[in-house]
Order: sequence, then C-alpha cells, then structure tokens
Amino acid sequence: MNGRRTFLRGFLSVLLSGGAIGGILKILPSKADAREAPPKGQKWYGFGVSVDKCIGCARCMDACKTENNVPREPFFFRTWVERYIIRKNGATTVKAIEPNVEPSPETASDKSILRSFFVPKLCNQCASPACVQVCPVGATFQTKDGVVLVNEKTCIGCRYCIQACPYGARYLHPVTHTADKCTFCYHRISQGLLPACVEVCPTQARIFGDLNAAASPMSRFLRMNKIHVLKPGLNTEPKVYYASLDGEVR
Amino acid sequence: MNPELIRNLHDLLPQIQGYIYPNEIEIHWGLLIVVYPYITGVVAGAFILASLVKVFNVTEVQPLYRLSLLTALAYLLVAPMALVSHLGHPGRFYEILLTPNTSSAMAMFGFVYAWYLMGVLLLEIWFVHRTDMIEWAEHETGVMRFIHRTLALYSRDTGEVAVSFDHKALKVITIVGIPSAFLLHGYVGFIFGSIKANPWWSSVLIPIVFLFSAIVSGIALVILLYMILTPLTGGKISMRCVDKAVDFLFYAVIVDFSLELVDFIHRVYQSEEEIKILSEMVMSKLFASLIIIQVLLGMLVPLLLISLTKIFKKRFHLNEDLRKMVYFVAVILIQFGIFATRWNVVIGGQMFSKSFRGLTTYKMEFGGLEGLLYAIFLLALPIIILAVLTKILPPWKEMHGQPASESAEAAGS
Repeated sequence: MNGRRTFLRGFLSVLLSGGAIGGILKILPSKADAREAPPKGQKWYGFGVSVDKCIGCARCMDACKTENNVPREPFFFRTWVERYIIRKNGATTVKAIEPNVEPSPETASDKSILRSFFVPKLCNQCASPACVQVCPVGATFQTKDGVVLVNEKTCIGCRYCIQACPYGARYLHPVTHTADKCTFCYHRISQGLLPACVEVCPTQARIFGDLNAAASPMSRFLRMNKIHVLKPGLNTEPKVYYASLDGEVR
Repeated sequence: MNPELIRNLHDLLPQIQGYIYPNEIEIHWGLLIVVYPYITGVVAGAFILASLVKVFNVTEVQPLYRLSLLTALAYLLVAPMALVSHLGHPGRFYEILLTPNTSSAMAMFGFVYAWYLMGVLLLEIWFVHRTDMIEWAEHETGVMRFIHRTLALYSRDTGEVAVSFDHKALKVITIVGIPSAFLLHGYVGFIFGSIKANPWWSSVLIPIVFLFSAIVSGIALVILLYMILTPLTGGKISMRCVDKAVDFLFYAVIVDFSLELVDFIHRVYQSEEEIKILSEMVMSKLFASLIIIQVLLGMLVPLLLISLTKIFKKRFHLNEDLRKMVYFVAVILIQFGIFATRWNVVIGGQMFSKSFRGLTTYKMEFGGLEGLLYAIFLLALPIIILAVLTKILPPWKEMHGQPASESAEAAGS
C-alpha cells in the first residue's frame, strides 16, 4: 500500500514538473531568426503595399465592404486608407480617407507641407498573431496557408483579440456580435482569385500572392523593393509588406 | 444591427482628438469590465484579511474573520456575472470551459475561478461553520433546521477528533488560500499586463499593483461593513480590532501607492514613443478620475487621515468617536479610489489610439447590459447576497466579540 502510494506520488511529481519544464521550453524560441515559412509547395500568403502608388481613391475600401458585407457605418473597416501630411515644422496630420468624399485639394498649393502620401491598412495576417494567442476559445486561428480567420460560430464576443491587435484591424461586427477582420478574401483566394481590394486597385498599389511561389507579382514585389512592416518591435511578424513606408507611419 | 450603438458612435465622432484608427472609436471594454476587477479585488483582499487571523494569528482582528469570508463569497458569486453579461454571445460562455485555448490568459479564468470558489473559499467557510451548523440545527425547527443540516452535509460529529481535524483542515486551506487569492487577482492583472499592443497595460508591475490595490479595497470594505453592521445588530465596535485592521490597511495603501509611483516614474523616465499620448490622456481625459479621485482622494487623503490618528495619538485615543469618524471617511474614500483605479486601467487603456496619435472618449450608457443601471445592480448584488448569507451563517456573535463557538475560539488563539 505504502509502496504504491510513494510510487504514485513520485510518478505524479515527475509528470507535473516535467510537463511544466517542457511547456516553458516549448514557449521559448530556440533561435533568434524569424518564424520560417512552411516548405516549398505549400502556400504561405502575403500582401504587398506600394505606398508611392496609392492615390487614396478609396475604391479598395468600397470593394471590401461590398464583397464582405461589412457594415457601411464609418466604425467598421476590414481595410482603410490613411492620409499623412507632414509639415516643414515637423507636425504630422493623419486622417482616414472617407469613401465618396473628395480629398481636400488645397494641399498642392500649401507651401508649409513637406511631404504627403496615402497608406492603405489592413489586417497584417501576422505569422505570430497576438489575437490567436489570446482568444480564449480558439475561435481565431491561423490556417495552414498563413491566414488568420475568425470562426463566427464559436466566437463568444469577449473582444480580447480586439484589445490584443496592435494595428486596430479588428472590430466587433454589430450584426453577428463576433470579432471580424480582413480575411485576405479567403473565399476568393481559395478559388485562385485575388482579394477584392487588390482586384479593384487602379494603380496596383496592392499586391497579393503566395510568398513561396518562385515567380509571381508578390515575389517580384519583394525582390524589387526595400521592404518594411508595421510595428516590427512587437514581434508579431506581419505578412503585409510595405514598400517606401515612411517612418511616421504607425 | 443595434441602432443605439451606431447613434452613440456617431455622437463620439466630433469628440475625437487627433487621429485614431477607424475601428477604435468604439470602446470595447466598458463599465462592466471596470466592475469585474473591482469585485475580484474585494474577494482577494477580504480573504487576505481573513487569513491574517488564521495564518498569522493576529487575534485583534478575529471579529472580522467570518464577516470577511462571507464578504469574499458574496462578491465572488457576482464576479462572473459581469464578465458573462459583457460577452457578445453570453450564451456561449461555456465554450471557455469546454474548449479553452491553452495559450490564452483569459481561458484560464474558469479554472482559476472554480479553484478559488470550490477549492478554497467554500471549503474554508464549511469547515469554519461545520460545528456551528450542527449546533444551530439542534435548536431549530422547520426550514432553517433543514438548511443547516443540509449545508453541514448531515455530519453530526462534534467530537474532539472531528473538531481537531476541522482545525487542521482550516490551517491547510488558508495556507493554500493565500497564494490562491494572490493567483486570482494577480491573474486578473495579467490579463491586462500581458497585452503587448497596449503600452498603458503592458507592464510586469500590473499584476502586483492589482494585488495590492485588491488587498487595500478588500480590507477597507470589510472594515466599512463591520463599522456599519456591528451597531445595527446591537453590538459595540471593538476599536482594538478596527485599529489593527486600519494598521494593515495603512501599510497596504503605502505599498500600493509606492508601486504605482514606481510604475509612473519608470514610464516618465524611460519616455518611450507612447509617452506623449499617455501624458496627454492623463492630463485631459483621465485628470478627474486619476489625479483627483484615484491619487488625491483615494490615496493621499486617506493616508493623511490615518497618519493624523497616529501622529496625534494621544488626542485621538482619548476620543474614540473622532477616530471612528476619521477611519470611516478614510475607508469610504479608499473604495472610491480603488474603483477609480480600475476605471483608469480599463477605460484609460482604450481611450488612446494604438497609433499614439489621438484620443477617443467613453460615453457611458444608462440602461442596457453595458449601462450604469446594470453596473449599480452588480455592485449592490453582493450586499444583498451577503445579507442572505448572514441570515444562514450569522457572524454576529464573533463580530460582537463573543466567541461564536469553541472551535472559533480555539482557532483564533
């Protein structure tokens, strides 16, 4: 009786402490490199934004709302475009473009402006997504091809993912009461089509494709440009890559 | 779609300062999420006060022992209500227990909560009251007899062996209970502190600050309840007990204040990219709730009041009523201060944009599940539950300074 009890106690303590140490080792990265893409042959989707090409026409925002049934009110966006105006005195003004409203034309004659540009924003489909880490029920998950999706049938609407996203890419859908965000138009890309915003962009400021493909607009974009991502210090490893991104953009 | 939400958001548009991401206009964690850490804080703090008696043998505060356990239970029962009501799909709350995502801090809530409720608090309350319930049931008839019999789980043994087992069990439960109470509230702090996207929350100090503010709010609330309930039930307030409890409260407030000061100095000195927007927020949107209510009225004034009773010891000790009054004002101010602390953490963390370029505003609703009325209801509910609990497990004898039973006396010594 006693022998069995001692054995069980010893066995359990080894199991528990072993599990704890193993768990910690699993969390810690084993090397300093970024997370590797899956092997060739498997899709690993990414997105490119040419900041210099964006003209702030907002067709992408409109197409996205139509394609994905995003409420039209100006509080729910899967993608949006920011306009930066940086003045000679260093003051920076940022505004989100409002669809169907002409951007004010006076900027061209305003001599106090140093530079100004548009920056399209969307879910960064991070390789190490904070939203997936914090979702208490696993309703937000990463697909094998690297897209972060939300299962609206299991999302409980706690909004922890919205708090955890550093990019403000998520909102609570006012109809389904679940978290919602850009899916890279997963229903389209899984049929070989392009995301709606990429499809309608008149200047090809938005590029989409498989990061693993040898020859594609996406791999050409990454080869031909100097690339930056948003908030790299947070170690979320975004897969939305920006060319000619200004340091003022956050 | 909820037209009221849309209307509210439209009303907020002109109040935005600077630039915020368009999805950030809606503040997602509102008043209910302010109420939640406030309530769990009271639970943890009240339990720590109770364990002063059992583990550290602070006999002066024995009159608060049962009251603080019952207070902890009353508040703990309400804590998940605030969380569940706030969900977009309250009906799906069980998913968090059935299919928890192990990497999520929030997913652990159900387990931490269940452990604390069933592994610690209910067990301790049961062992404390077991012999009493048997004794009460013997002199009662009807429903109360049935309730006490059932709650005692039909145990009848009041022999020496059984009572000494009760004491042993209590000792173990309280010793396990202290780290559990720390876990419960430190964990609530971790939910916020682990969000790296939000610099207002993301700090290793947050769980510890939460813990000490929890101890402050719990001790202050139990003192307040004791000072109100004792005269109401025909007893006399034991100043020896209140003095000692206020001593502990005083130290806890000092530690809490120092921790928050360290956090503040650290942020200002490091002066990272978010410091500009955070200081703008503190000086404008949070000025009243942070500088005035949390720091000035909720910490410095009570500290000053309690210090006065210590500095002018002679004068205050001659006049018990004056001392009582000073304590009474101090513990009420502390309650408001701690509630403001929760407000500033939860609401403050969402008022600035993660672009660090602008501020939004929180517009509190009046009715509805996210509204003021429901929050007041949730804050009042623990008091109602406590009233029911004291009917079933009356702590009055102990509060009035008489040993409630032999077991309590033995355990207290």
